[in-house]
Formats: sequence, C-alpha cells, structure tokens
Amino acid sequence: MLSIISLSIFGILNLFLGFLKSRKVLLPSAIIFLLVALGLMVQDWNQQALYFSDMLRVNNLFVSFSVIVILTSLLVVGISRNFGDDLEYTHPAEYYSIILFSITGALMMIGFENLIMLFIGVEILSVAMYVLTGTDKRNLRSNEAALKYFLMGAFATGILLFGIAMIYGATGSFKLGGIATYVQTATQYRSVSPLLYIGLLLLFFGMLFKVSVAPFHFWTPDVYEGAPTIFTAYMSTVVKTAGFAALYKLASVAFNSAYGFWAQTLAVLAILTLLIGNITAVYQVSFKRMMAYSSISHAGYLLLAVVAKVPSSQSAILFYSLAYSLATISAFGVLIIVSERKPFEGSPDERYEAFNGLAKTNPLLAFIMTISMLSLAGIPLTAGFWGKFFIFSAAVQSNLTALLVIAVLMSCVGIYYYFRVIIAMYLKPSDNDGVIVSNGFKLTLLLTTVLTLLLGLFPDLVNRFF
Amino acid sequence: MLTLILILIPLVLAIVLLGLRGGAVKRVALITSLVEFGLAIYVLSIYKADTSSQFALSYDWIKSAGVQFAIGIDGISVLLVLLSTLLVPLIILSTFNHSYRNPSAFYALILMMQSALVGVFVAKDAFLFYFFFEAALIPIYFIAASWGGENSISVTFKFFLYTIFGSLFMLLGLVYLYLQTPGSHSSLLSAFYELKLSAAQQSVLFWALFIGFAIKMPVFPFHTWQPDTYVESPTPATMLLAGIMLKMGTYGLIRIVLPIVPEGVQEWGLVAVILSVIGIIYGSIIAIQQQDMKRLVAYSSFAHVGLMAAGIFSLTLDGLQGSLIQMLAHGINVVGLFFIIEIIFSRTQSRDLSQLGGITQNSPVLSVFFIIMVLGSVALPLTNGFIGEFLLLKGVFTYNTWIGIVAGTTIIFGAVYMLRMVQKSMFGLQTTATEQFTDLNLNEILVLVPLAFFVFWIGLFPNAFLQLTEPAVAELLRTLK
Repeated sequence: MLSIISLSIFGILNLFLGFLKSRKVLLPSAIIFLLVALGLMVQDWNQQALYFSDMLRVNNLFVSFSVIVILTSLLVVGISRNFGDDLEYTHPAEYYSIILFSITGALMMIGFENLIMLFIGVEILSVAMYVLTGTDKRNLRSNEAALKYFLMGAFATGILLFGIAMIYGATGSFKLGGIATYVQTATQYRSVSPLLYIGLLLLFFGMLFKVSVAPFHFWTPDVYEGAPTIFTAYMSTVVKTAGFAALYKLASVAFNSAYGFWAQTLAVLAILTLLIGNITAVYQVSFKRMMAYSSISHAGYLLLAVVAKVPSSQSAILFYSLAYSLATISAFGVLIIVSERKPFEGSPDERYEAFNGLAKTNPLLAFIMTISMLSLAGIPLTAGFWGKFFIFSAAVQSNLTALLVIAVLMSCVGIYYYFRVIIAMYLKPSDNDGVIVSNGFKLTLLLTTVLTLLLGLFPDLVNRFF
Repeated sequence: MLTLILILIPLVLAIVLLGLRGGAVKRVALITSLVEFGLAIYVLSIYKADTSSQFALSYDWIKSAGVQFAIGIDGISVLLVLLSTLLVPLIILSTFNHSYRNPSAFYALILMMQSALVGVFVAKDAFLFYFFFEAALIPIYFIAASWGGENSISVTFKFFLYTIFGSLFMLLGLVYLYLQTPGSHSSLLSAFYELKLSAAQQSVLFWALFIGFAIKMPVFPFHTWQPDTYVESPTPATMLLAGIMLKMGTYGLIRIVLPIVPEGVQEWGLVAVILSVIGIIYGSIIAIQQQDMKRLVAYSSFAHVGLMAAGIFSLTLDGLQGSLIQMLAHGINVVGLFFIIEIIFSRTQSRDLSQLGGITQNSPVLSVFFIIMVLGSVALPLTNGFIGEFLLLKGVFTYNTWIGIVAGTTIIFGAVYMLRMVQKSMFGLQTTATEQFTDLNLNEILVLVPLAFFVFWIGLFPNAFLQLTEPAVAELLRTLK
C-alpha cells in the first residue's frame, strides 16, 4: 500500500529533480525510487487489508502482479540510455516522472476493489501512455500514433465508464463484493437485469481494448510502430500485465457466477485474437510491427487462461505475464541498438534485415535476442515455455479442446515469425559493422536473459509462492 | 549416476568446446565422444538383462508441474543408448577430412545433440522426455541450416516447424495425462502406465501422441520434410538425423504410445500399420527412380522406418524385438551409406548416378565397404539387416498375413534400388568424374571398419543383443494383454 503513495510522491520529486543542472542524477534516482517502491510492495506479502474506504484491496494477487509491473518498469528504465543526450527535444525528468505516475495507475488497476478505482487506474495509466507515445516530437509517425492512441483510447474509456454506469444501475453497487452478491442471487433466481449483461460486455470491451484483444486491436500496430521503441517496450508489457490482472479479477471475483455468459464471448474473442495476431504477424516486413501483432497474439493466450477460470489460472496469467515481459524487453532492447546501426530511408531500420549477420558482429546481442525469441515462441527450457504450459494445462482442466487446438496451431505459426529473426541473425550475411553497447544497457539485457533461462529451468522459483 | 554422467559428458564438453579454437577442437570432440562410448560399453557390460530400470536416478525438479528428473536404462532403451554413443564418435571421425567453418560451434552442437539424444532414451518422466525431445531439435536445426547447402535455410525451417507442430500435440496429450493422474499429480511415465483411461479418451490421445512420433520418423503421409532435409543438410547432420534422431520416433511409440493408450492402439493400430506399409511401398518406388544417391538413401530410410513402425504396431514379441534390433542395425547401415556417398561426392563433386561408374577399378577397398553396407541394408542373411527385417516381417505376418505379404516386398524393392545404386556407381565404365578416383585413406577406413564389424557381428550373433531387450519387451507385451 505504501508503495502506491510513495510512487506518487517519487514522481513529483523526480519532476523537481529536473531543475538540477546535471541530468545524470535522473536515471539513478528513478532506479532508486523504483527499488524503494519494490521493497515496500514486497513487505505487503501475505497481508490482507482494504484501504481508502474499501476502494483498494491488498492481497497476494495485488502484490505479485505489482511486483511484476515494478520489475518490468525497472528493466525498461535500465535500457532507456539515450535520454539527456539531446537537450532541446527530450525531457528526461518528465519522462521518468510519467513512468512513475503510470505505475501508480497500473497498481490501482491491479488492486481495485471498486469499479471507480479501476476507472481512475485505467485513466492514469492511459493518459501517461498517450504522452509517452508522442514524446518523439519531430517524428510524424510518433505524433500520429499518439493522436490515434488518444482518440481511440478515449473512446474505449468512455465505453468502459458507460459499462460501469450500467452495472451500477443493475446492481446498485460499485464494489466487487456487492456486484458478486447481486450476480449470484440474480443468476440463482433467473432474474438478471439485462442492464447487467450490457454493462458487463461494455466494461469487458473497454478493458479488452487496453490489452489489445481482437477486434479491438486496430490501434496496436500503428501505435507500437510509431512510438519510440523504448515506450513500445514499456507499453506492451506494463499495460498488458496490469490489464490482464484487472480483467481476471473482474471475471473471477465480480462476475464469477455469470461465467456461462462471458466465457462464451471471451472464448470467441480469444480464438479471433489468436488467429488475427499470429497470421497477420507472419506477413509483416517490419520487426517492430511483427512484435505488435505478436503482442496481440499473446493477449490471446492470456485470454485463454481467463476463459479457463480454474484456480491455477491466476498463477498461469502471472507467470505468462512475467515471461512475456522479460522476453519483450530483451527483444525491444536489442531492436533499439540494432535499428540504429544503419538507417533505412532516413529513419531507424526496424525491418528484419536490420538483424542480418548480428551473430557475427555482436554475438552477445544475438544470443540475448535468440533466448528472447525462443521464449516468446514457447520453446522448452525458457520461461515462455512454462507460461504456455501453465496456460495450456489450465485450459485442459476446463476442457477447452477447440480453443486448445487453435492455440497449439497458432503457436506453430508463432515459431515461424520468431525464427525469422534468428535466421536473419545467424544465417544471413551482412555488411553491417558491430555496435558498441553501454554496460548498463548490456547488464539489463543480460539480466532479462538470465531470468528467462532461470525461470525456464526452475519455474518453481515463482510458482512456489502459490 | 552413470546415466547422468552419460548425459553430462557431451553437454559439458560442448560448452568447453565453444571456448576452444583451431585444430584442437576436432580432437577434443572425438576424444569426448570416445570416452562417452567407453562409458556406455562399461554400462552395457554391467547391465543385467531383466525388466528393471537400472542405473536409475530421481530428483524432484519442478514441483508445480510434477516434473521429476528421473532417468534410468532398461531393456527398451539399452540398445538405443548404445546406438547414440557408438555412432557419434564415428560421425565426428568422418568429418576429419573436411574442414567446416567455425568448427567449435559445429562440434559443440553435435555433442549437445548427443546429450539430448541420450536424454530422450533414458528419461523416465514424460515431461523430461519431452524436453530432451525438443532439445535435440535445436542443435540439429542449426547444424543443418548453417552448414547445409543452398536451400538449407528454407528446407530445414520446414523440418523444424513440422516437427514442432507434431510435438506440441504430443505435449497437449502429455499435459492431459498428467492431469488425469491421481492425487497430487505426477508426470512419471510409470504413473501414466497405471492410468485407467476410457476407450474414447485413449482414441483421441492415440492421435495426439502418434502424430508427434509419426512426423519424427517419418510415417506416410508426414514425410514430406524428410528427403529435402536429408539432401540439403551437411552429411554429419544427415547421419545424426537418419542414424539416431529418427529412432526417437520409433522409441517413443514403444515407450509412450503402446503402454499408455493400449486400447487406442487396438482401435487405430490397423490404420497405423497400413500407413506404415504404404510408406514402405511408396518410399521404395520413389527410391528406385532416384539419380541422386543421397536422396535415394533418404527414401530408403523412409521405407525402412515404415517397416519398423508396422512391426511395433503388430504387438508381437518378434515385431517389437525386430524393431529394436533394426533401429540399431539401420542406424549403422545408414551412417555407413551416407558416409560413402560423402566420400564419393568429395572426390567427384557428384552424387548423380548417371555421372558415376567404374569406381571399383580405382578403389576396390571402398567398393568392398560399400557392398557390405548395401548388403546390410538389403537384409542379406548373416548381416545385421537380416535379423531385424526377418523378425519384423514375422511380426507383421502374425498380425495380418496379407499386410505381411505386402510389407515383404520391401526386401525385393530394397534389393532393386540398392543394387542399382551399387551397379551404377561402382561398376561399368569409368566416367570423366571417376577417372581420378583415389582409394580410401586411413581416417575413412577407421570409420568404416567398426561399422562393417557391427554389420557382421549383429548379423552373426544377434542373440547377444536380443537377450538384452527380451525380458523388458516380454514384460511390456504382458502388461498390454
């Protein structure tokens, strides 16, 4: 709990640190703030408490997902090296502050006990994302992406709010507990107000937009491609983790008794997401755009765990988010370096070709990228394999055979586009020169890689807590 | 403990190799694989031919998924452990006349592959088996794609996707089985054997598991990756693929499919046998048409593995025993054949039968070895192929006489395409390509002598090998009934 409060204060503090002449303190201070918040968060482990007039619930679900969010942010901060180089156009103090604020929003989304809190959390996180997307002021694509994201996002938030209002109309409560009681009794006596179903759908659609589930995914490729790569990394990991934690909570706590209703809807959307995400990813020329579609497809796998709704779903979503976040940060981290090797038509080269011959010039980067791709593809002995394993076994437990078959087929398709990068790095010739990578950057990427491998060998490091 | 050491020796030395440079790499790789072989021979010498799992070892590895690091050698795995440790030193020695670029990575990948292959054959836990099964794929993919021919990137990619596709369904099947185990779940294979599954469950599970192995072997119609991959891969990779990796599929059938879903096997066994027999005929007919020697042997391998699969599904002692001994024999023969083709190719730059001929005039020693390997392949009595094919055909005949008759044509077809290959390449008039042919050098003889020795040893004294496997196979069949 303290960590939410402290993160907001740290955000403001960091903003004021921007007045200092030296910008070198900003990165270490942001890291220290995040570590403090992480420490405070871990202290809440095994606590059960409600805060702010029962608006926020602290329990192990909250702590575990929050730890992933903060850890992910730490890693993203670790690879944001170039800020401060260009005095006129970058504002590192604001950048780190916005990240700290957005984490606050993410934590509220994870811990909400009241739909109002969920809404506030979603808004804090989203507004921060809109700003971050547009930070590359001179780049038209970045501007376009920010505007697109903002317009579509604002619309989605409106739908979300409308859904909340409907649910309030039907149940007379904003609280998860109150809603759950209503849904249970109403389902029992077959007197569910149609308002509830409409509200539930609108609320879910709003949330699904944020985690880019098809058919609410159309903003994703453009925004991911336009945003500066470092924010793409941030956006695709933190928003997804927080969004799925919130979605799982809504589905399993508030609307538990209406399972038959929302499970069918979500199952169809999961199939759609898996198909669209994976098949479209195959046809991409740009690696960054491929990663956008791959992020859509991963939303599909995560949705599978929500639909399964068995006790192990929660730890499956948690593990999958962690594995996905680690691998995604590695991938975008390497992309940041590689894309600057040789510009393509005036802008950083984000095509597959940019990776050609990387294994010769920078074997370490190629190795990091390989592990990341193997993990995203779900090859054994990486964290990604166990993510898929736990999600598939949750789905097997609730007999979702059709969904499983599609998920397995789509995993194969996934291997196709992830391996294109590995092939480019190891098997394609190139005339590119090697690049020198700063130590902090290298260390962060190595950390994500080691964690991916470690979790691949010993998934119990995380799972023994559940 | 010995089993673990067998897995670890190649793995550790592979990592060491990555740090080495220059000529030492080859020698270290060879010495490693020889030490490994020596250890395997020692294990074999103290192995007792009964139904128990020996040299066993078990640690809890991943509690949340019930995975135990449980390994051991029993009658079904013993010959395959011998095969994977015997062939790798010969494969490494066979590369000594050829310099591959970036040798440390090349030999390290071969050793990693060996480690995973031994792992597959000794794993006693379903998920552990699955890890090794997949772990074997990554090194062979990189060997084949990086050191292969012009089209190797796309061809090996197809192979990779194909096999992953199959094994993902296998994984689903294993996860399902794992969730069926009582109490706090266990993924030990022995726990899977105890399950009481309904006929409907078994029927679905049969396909989930069978497809994974069928693609690996490959059984018709899942074979389309195979000929191209064999041809485009560098010869050491082809030897690993055909000699050892293919056996992961047949081994999986015996180890996993038969005991876990016996009713599924009853229900679908006939389909599997028919598919296998189609593979025999189809592979043989295509092999007869081939001009490219490597492609010819690739199709012959497809035909031979069809017979092994048919023998396994015949569910007879002869069929299973035959398939086990044939796995060993086929591995030896096919490695020998691919090696000789590589020798011919390195001297003439051609594998095309129409451009070859009269090699025997310059190199009688080579042609003697070639004929020995070919005779082993066509199952001439007193060679290793005869024992395997005889038992396999006997098994298939017991299962169904008509299918047995059709499958029996493999011997005729085999003789046709193999002897055609010998005749066109070794005999006849010399061509421009073969005029300057030189005979074998010492390295090459050192590879071929042990192979030829095993061809005759297994052919003359098969009981030494059959006795090792018989108790375990008999026990397996008893539990199926």
